[in-house]
Amino acid sequence: MATRLEGHTFRRFDGELARLHTEILQMADLVYDQIQMALESFQQQKLDIIRVVNEREPQVDAMEKSIDNTITEILAKRCPVARDLRVIMAFSKLVTDLERLGDEAAKIAYITTTLYNNEHSNPSNYLLRDITVMGKFACALLKEAIENLDILDLERAEKLLNSHDDLDEEFQSSLRRLATYVLEDARNVGHIINIVLVMKSLIRIGEHARNLAEYVVYMVSGEDIRHAEIEQT
Amino acid sequence: MTDIAKIAQPSNQIERRKGDRRKHTRIHLSRATVSRDNRRTVGEATVSDPRIHCTDVNVFYGDKPALRNVTLDIGCQEIIAMIGPSGCGKSTFLRCLNRMNDTIECCRVTGSIMIDGQDINDKSIDVVPLRAKIGMVFQKPNPFPKSVYENIAFGPRIHGLAKDKVELDEIVVTSLKRTGLWEEVKDRLDQPGTSLSGGQQQRLCIARTIAVNPEVILMDEPCSALDPIATTKIEELMDQLCTDYSIVIVTHSMQQAARVSHRTAYFHLGDLIEVGTTEQIFTKPVHQLTEDYITGRFG
Repeated sequence: MATRLEGHTFRRFDGELARLHTEILQMADLVYDQIQMALESFQQQKLDIIRVVNEREPQVDAMEKSIDNTITEILAKRCPVARDLRVIMAFSKLVTDLERLGDEAAKIAYITTTLYNNEHSNPSNYLLRDITVMGKFACALLKEAIENLDILDLERAEKLLNSHDDLDEEFQSSLRRLATYVLEDARNVGHIINIVLVMKSLIRIGEHARNLAEYVVYMVSGEDIRHAEIEQT
Repeated sequence: MTDIAKIAQPSNQIERRKGDRRKHTRIHLSRATVSRDNRRTVGEATVSDPRIHCTDVNVFYGDKPALRNVTLDIGCQEIIAMIGPSGCGKSTFLRCLNRMNDTIECCRVTGSIMIDGQDINDKSIDVVPLRAKIGMVFQKPNPFPKSVYENIAFGPRIHGLAKDKVELDEIVVTSLKRTGLWEEVKDRLDQPGTSLSGGQQQRLCIARTIAVNPEVILMDEPCSALDPIATTKIEELMDQLCTDYSIVIVTHSMQQAARVSHRTAYFHLGDLIEVGTTEQIFTKPVHQLTEDYITGRFG
């Protein structure tokens, strides 16, 4: 069930929360787009797209600052409590995840530049195959997490968090495959290091997507389920 | 193991662990949010060491019920805040605690309100010592039209708490010091209490209350007529006094309830809806009505 943020008797507060929510969604859309573009450029050697990713990176940082500013204003003026407080706290925390997602896009963009702008030959397609699969998993996870940031649905967040970790499984098997490619031809090492770095970024993207879902759980139910392994041990 | 596989191993293990953790983490959420229609009290209404123990308190003004089946404990050394919209019964409940409702002719109280093993509504109870034991501070400062000294000395004198003038002086000085008024009024003890500022008058009323050694202090919106600085002084005073007394405060300022109280009780249309620690009520209220009220989504 979607969670409503509006309904305050003083409607200006509704407006301020809606503005904050929109800013969050805009930033989430931007970082999602950045990641997709960076991956596309990596897989298809589209270096012109890299320029766009790099140009838009400061926009992500600026949005983070603007959101922080909006949050400070709301805290000062409205003294929010209960769900309002949880929503604002969670937005304030998840904006950091969004900013780091933007950083991952920039990282992939940087690796793309070093991968293709050198005197060596470009990586073969079979080396890039795993990135395509992992990229799909990471983007699907992130898309679901971001869509849920819009409607703030507890069930959807739970479903995402309890879903099978395809990304991690794919990473394990990719590592094994890449190791065999190195053994076949040692000249692949340079490329494979870059590819593994991109894979690490994709793993991080998956982690951030799960964090976003954890914040939705906190906003809606008040349960702080981060670092659940601490309670388990 | 090949070299590259060895290099990959540490990271591999870390990721595997994370993967396992994710897979085995099952989230069991307590979807405890109670719907608006439920009017039974949620939360911990009782405490292990109650100073006042109220069970099934009902109050009627004529035939009209003003309070329904309220069961709530007031603990020792605690500040408990009553919040809720106007007409929800919080002041009515507060007045039940020292039988101030006796002054309203058509008012009828049922249920039990126990203090020190006695029901305060028992016919054998004398309300004068009862109201000394459970003192009250009102919304508007109401010092007696007497000197500052007499405002404090009046209670102890009629309750026979001082043997002589020396003891009475000591009670006056101690009470004024405890409320932080001593330094401000020590040179004008003979001047009328009404000549003090609003905040000072309210602290004078609190000093007057504690001069007769109460166990519980009831405060009915004690800061609503005061400026923010005087309000802060009263709040600081409450914080100090709660080491010796139980304090029950009715307030319309949610922020004040959040600032000063240890527990908060939310009333709605004569029902006690939710009781909990102040931290819980203001971060994770369980009842939908509580959440609607404190977040300003009411009506």
